[in-house]
Amino acid sequence: MAGTGSIHLRAGDGALLRVEDLVVEFPIGHGGEAVHAVSGISLDVLDGETLGIVGESGCGKSTTGRAVMQLPAPKSGSVRFDGVELTSLHGEALRRVRPRLQMIFQDPISSLNPRRRVREIVREGLDIWEMGDKDARNAKVDEVLDAVGMDPANGARRPHEFSGGQCQRISIARAVVTEPKLIICDEPVSALDVSVQAQILNLLEDMKHRYGLTVVFIAHDLAVVKNVSDRVLVMYLGKACEIASPDDLYEHPKHPYTGALLAAIPVPDPTQHPDEERVLGGEVPSPIHPPTGCRFRTRCPKSQERCALEEPVLREVEPSQYVACHFPLEAGEQIDFARVGIGASIDVASDGDGSTP
Amino acid sequence: MPCSIPGFVVPERRPSPRGGAPGPGTGGFGGPGAPADAIRRDEADPSSLAFEGDAGLLQVDAVAAGPEGGRRRLGQGLNVTAWVAIAWMAFIVLIAVLAKTGLVTWGDPQNSIASCASKGPFAQGGSAPGHLLGCDSIGRDMIARLALGAWESLLVSVGAITVGFVIGGGLGIIAGYFGGFVDTVLSGMFNVLLSVPAIVLALALVAFLQGSPENAANSTLPDWFVLILAIGIVSIPLVGRISRASALSWSQREFVLAARAQGAKSGRIMIRELLPNVAPAMFSIALLGIAIAIVAEGTLAILGVGVRPPTPSWGNIIALDRGLLLTSPHIVFEPSILIFLTALALNYLGDVVRTRFEVRESGI
Repeated sequence: MAGTGSIHLRAGDGALLRVEDLVVEFPIGHGGEAVHAVSGISLDVLDGETLGIVGESGCGKSTTGRAVMQLPAPKSGSVRFDGVELTSLHGEALRRVRPRLQMIFQDPISSLNPRRRVREIVREGLDIWEMGDKDARNAKVDEVLDAVGMDPANGARRPHEFSGGQCQRISIARAVVTEPKLIICDEPVSALDVSVQAQILNLLEDMKHRYGLTVVFIAHDLAVVKNVSDRVLVMYLGKACEIASPDDLYEHPKHPYTGALLAAIPVPDPTQHPDEERVLGGEVPSPIHPPTGCRFRTRCPKSQERCALEEPVLREVEPSQYVACHFPLEAGEQIDFARVGIGASIDVASDGDGSTP
Repeated sequence: MPCSIPGFVVPERRPSPRGGAPGPGTGGFGGPGAPADAIRRDEADPSSLAFEGDAGLLQVDAVAAGPEGGRRRLGQGLNVTAWVAIAWMAFIVLIAVLAKTGLVTWGDPQNSIASCASKGPFAQGGSAPGHLLGCDSIGRDMIARLALGAWESLLVSVGAITVGFVIGGGLGIIAGYFGGFVDTVLSGMFNVLLSVPAIVLALALVAFLQGSPENAANSTLPDWFVLILAIGIVSIPLVGRISRASALSWSQREFVLAARAQGAKSGRIMIRELLPNVAPAMFSIALLGIAIAIVAEGTLAILGVGVRPPTPSWGNIIALDRGLLLTSPHIVFEPSILIFLTALALNYLGDVVRTRFEVRESGI
């Protein structure tokens, strides 16, 4: 799973966003150790496309999104947005790109300033860049608030007077008001009720068409990602596992981790008992000392000695389906979760505390 | 449309989910005539109209937010104690301004009448006729001196706290927002200032600003200015540490990240995103700080570096005649009581301000 490699990147200049070998590390203490949050992710998003990024908590999804925004800038790697290399920009030059690259956050409450009024919050981007005169800005704010389903007459209220779903609408309005080309949605519906999730997802879809947006959609909910994405990237512990169209990915996952994620989707049938053997066991290893070779090997039922020694590289196993695994799943193969990974028991020198619990 | 079943009346609408206080149509918990009222309210309350679909939900939310949506009137909901505290402060400020401007006079604070010296309202040896609160050790009218002293005390304390809050608060927000090296330097500076006992630091600052006691009389800087700077500088690290801590926690919030993602510069983020959140807590501490600064001025006066006589301040009235505490206690007690009541009022108002400006994070 350790998938590095960039074979899945599409040739040509059609990609609005092209990220190569993105590495983000957070140093801890002064011992030279670091949290390897993202280790060599490559991805590309074509103009008008939606890329979904899924993975469990702590796998580096959000960090990837923020590294694309240069908040904070990645340790190494290339982030090419609309023909501009963002990692080479600093200060004012980077600031000038910002309004074309926006972000929607997970927590609608935390992402809105409780002291400011809705109208001010939404207008902030226009005020910063002094787009148009006062009337034009207010007209734009009205238009955007209306577009996200909020009554502009409520603009004088403060965020705490609205529900979570409405706050997320305000966040979306704030993100689109500067007419960006790319929006990174960092788990935009995870904090919402299921009924409200659907409304927000539909709204994002509307916004995408209305403003011609390209979207990177980060989530841990496979069902959500399946519905909105043109292409899905599965991440585990800072590495790419599998990249494919959602239909391919859900119909015939190739990576054991993808298979495990799909098996973990709850079945809406009260008569069916949750089958513990279908749930992936163990914990995510420490990102400070990630396992050698394939990072998933400590939890992978299919792992072999090779997985500990050699890091798999992304390769195309089906047309447009890329997987980083030495032993990808065969069609129709059932994963035997009872069998804990063999790779887990292999001790490799210099392997840290990332091995078996 | 009203959701009442015949023979069964819902006397109360549910309290608005994010209103806190119930809306105007929901007061009165079922007194006489409540059922009839309830039906009327049902008809009038639009929140019972629509429960289906997205639009309906939004509409309900908007309505529910209604009663509390607008600003509350400034004085609304204050209790009696708060009003007493406000009245006291207004009284003191009014007296001070009148005494300073001379619009209303209570006699000349410098006019000394030998026959009245040290005589208080109930003092031993009889009271001083015509002087309701007595006279000080050289026969100056206490009311006139207390009134003008209020001006000096308030000027010094409010000025000092303003200096402390503008500089300390500003540096604190900068330290909290930038963190890292900037924070290390600024916090280090605060800690160095805090490591010196406050009163010693204030004494040193006064001495530095005024020069030696012999030169002090020739100093070009007015006393109040020197004291404002001295007490203000002493308060910088105290305020700075509080605003730093507050700014540090607020700057971790995602709305700050969102502002940066939109291209806001650091200055804009600090002023527009952090300051409105840090300021209310700081403001309530500022009110307490004024009370502390009044006392600090008195302390400095006792040490001989406060507002210099003959100009009165509450502090130096106490300082000058503290030797007469046993024979003429009124001279010390009168300004002490004023300081006590003013500090009490400011303390209480600080609490009121803090609770009033607390913003609820969310209705859910």
